[in-house]
Amino acid sequence: MVKPYQKLREETTARDRSLREKVMSLEEAASMVHDGDQVALGGCTMSRTPIAMIWALIRAGRKDLTVSRSIVSTEGDLLYASGVSKHIVTSWFSQGIVWGISKVMRHYTESGAAKFEEWSHMSMGLRYRAGAMGVPFMPTRSMLGSGVRDVIGDAVQDMTCPFTGEKLLLLPALNPDVALIHVPRADEYGNAHLDGLQFMDIDIAMAAKRVILTTERIISNDQIRRTPDLTKIPFFTVDAVVEVPFGSAPHECYGLYEPFFPHLDAYAKATTRDPVAGVTDYLDRYYREPKTWADYLSLLGMGEMLDAARRGRSIYND
Amino acid sequence: MTERKNYTASELLAVMSARILHDGQVVFAGVGVPLLAATLAQRLHAPGLTILFEGGVLGPFVVPGQLPPSTNEQRCTRRANMLLPITDVLLLLQRGYVDVGFMGGAQIDKFGNLNSSYIGDVDNPKIRLPGTGGGNDISSLTQMIVTMKHEKRRFVEKVDFITSPGFIDGGTSRADSGLPTGGMFKVVTDLAMLGFDPQTREMMVEALHPGVTLQQVRDNTGFAIKENGVETTMPPTDRELSVLRVLDPERIYTA
Repeated sequence: MVKPYQKLREETTARDRSLREKVMSLEEAASMVHDGDQVALGGCTMSRTPIAMIWALIRAGRKDLTVSRSIVSTEGDLLYASGVSKHIVTSWFSQGIVWGISKVMRHYTESGAAKFEEWSHMSMGLRYRAGAMGVPFMPTRSMLGSGVRDVIGDAVQDMTCPFTGEKLLLLPALNPDVALIHVPRADEYGNAHLDGLQFMDIDIAMAAKRVILTTERIISNDQIRRTPDLTKIPFFTVDAVVEVPFGSAPHECYGLYEPFFPHLDAYAKATTRDPVAGVTDYLDRYYREPKTWADYLSLLGMGEMLDAARRGRSIYND
Repeated sequence: MTERKNYTASELLAVMSARILHDGQVVFAGVGVPLLAATLAQRLHAPGLTILFEGGVLGPFVVPGQLPPSTNEQRCTRRANMLLPITDVLLLLQRGYVDVGFMGGAQIDKFGNLNSSYIGDVDNPKIRLPGTGGGNDISSLTQMIVTMKHEKRRFVEKVDFITSPGFIDGGTSRADSGLPTGGMFKVVTDLAMLGFDPQTREMMVEALHPGVTLQQVRDNTGFAIKENGVETTMPPTDRELSVLRVLDPERIYTA
């Protein structure tokens, strides 16, 4: 489960960490994700979800990915239903509390067609952090005495602290094969800004073997160097930069657009009525039929886009 | 009993929960009624209440009428003192900076253990629920307030699965499991205020809401619940309700 340290170091050494241009298309970036990879998604729930990259992976017919994320929303439904993933590792999985329990998640997990591996939220974060730190595990005082810990079984270990004699739980490091992270701004080398909520994205970028960034826009390296304190992900962890405006739609990107609520209400309604037909129709209509990302956004509609953008930018009004 | 009430069950939950939060506390609030109640307490009697949200938010002041759909969206960040990574906001619990964790519950048992993972058997569940989120971390690491509807199927002798630990099997079993701090403090329902016996750690009725009888609480609880000098709560005031309705005009969380 934990990657041997020698292998972790060798993989990192083998990467081209030079300051080089790495801008490419969604399709080219999707080819860097292989069937069976362990893939970490940045963002959380409906925020900065790498929707455009997931859109490209579904269209490319990628399969059997093990997908991890702090909290999983509608993208989890789509990953299950498209066959891209049958195994999601997360702390919470449903569209969002105001929409109730995801009927799609229920359908796939209750029938045994797909696995939802549950860890506490902090445990997810500490696993990525251990991966980012290059240590094999992280001790914690959480999850002890719970069913969550029991179901995880031998993947975690109890420990008596050698200093204090206290009971602790050891969480295994998580070093994903690929991290997919959506950001508001990055340069062509992969130096990335994160506005507002950072979620677990910095640790994920540091822990992963490859990082694919999608960005709302590409800015110059001069711009990056003017405010280096704003760079949260350094270029040498990044392998691909894809410019995708509205790359998290219909989810949100901090300060740019909020969730597309009417669209998400309609999705919840359709998948509640009939989980399988609802999600299959949705995948056909929004993921398979559009020829380009612009076509996809056109389907979401200008009205919803403007409304989401107005609400998104309103955070800077006062 | 037949008296017409001018508030919904969820509004009652929000008001009663807000009342037990104190000025100066640091409260880690989940989405839904907890978020609403903590925000309400800020507006009423606890302007110095510091709210933490799981998405990585320290000390926000949520805008009325713009309640966030989860604790991980930009609406949670309004007028915050600091934004930090999820892992680090959760680590504040482990470090001990948080006075109260505050969340909703799907199923609870007599020792205050919460289940939000599986109804039925783990290997072949009748319902797969969304899971812990930060619930397990919050309940493992600080003192808890839980707010939920009082129904027999939700208040059970033993939860199907411990997602978020309360007092486990009662007595000292929580500390023995490696959780020396925190534990259940209050459960706020639409019928009553519930606490826990300091020795046995069993849930007990502490106060009934206006118009509610002890028998009604017993009828809606799936185990033999004890009581401790039961008092009656003050009904929600016009001020509490009017502020609450300004916060949630579309009744997202108080329908």
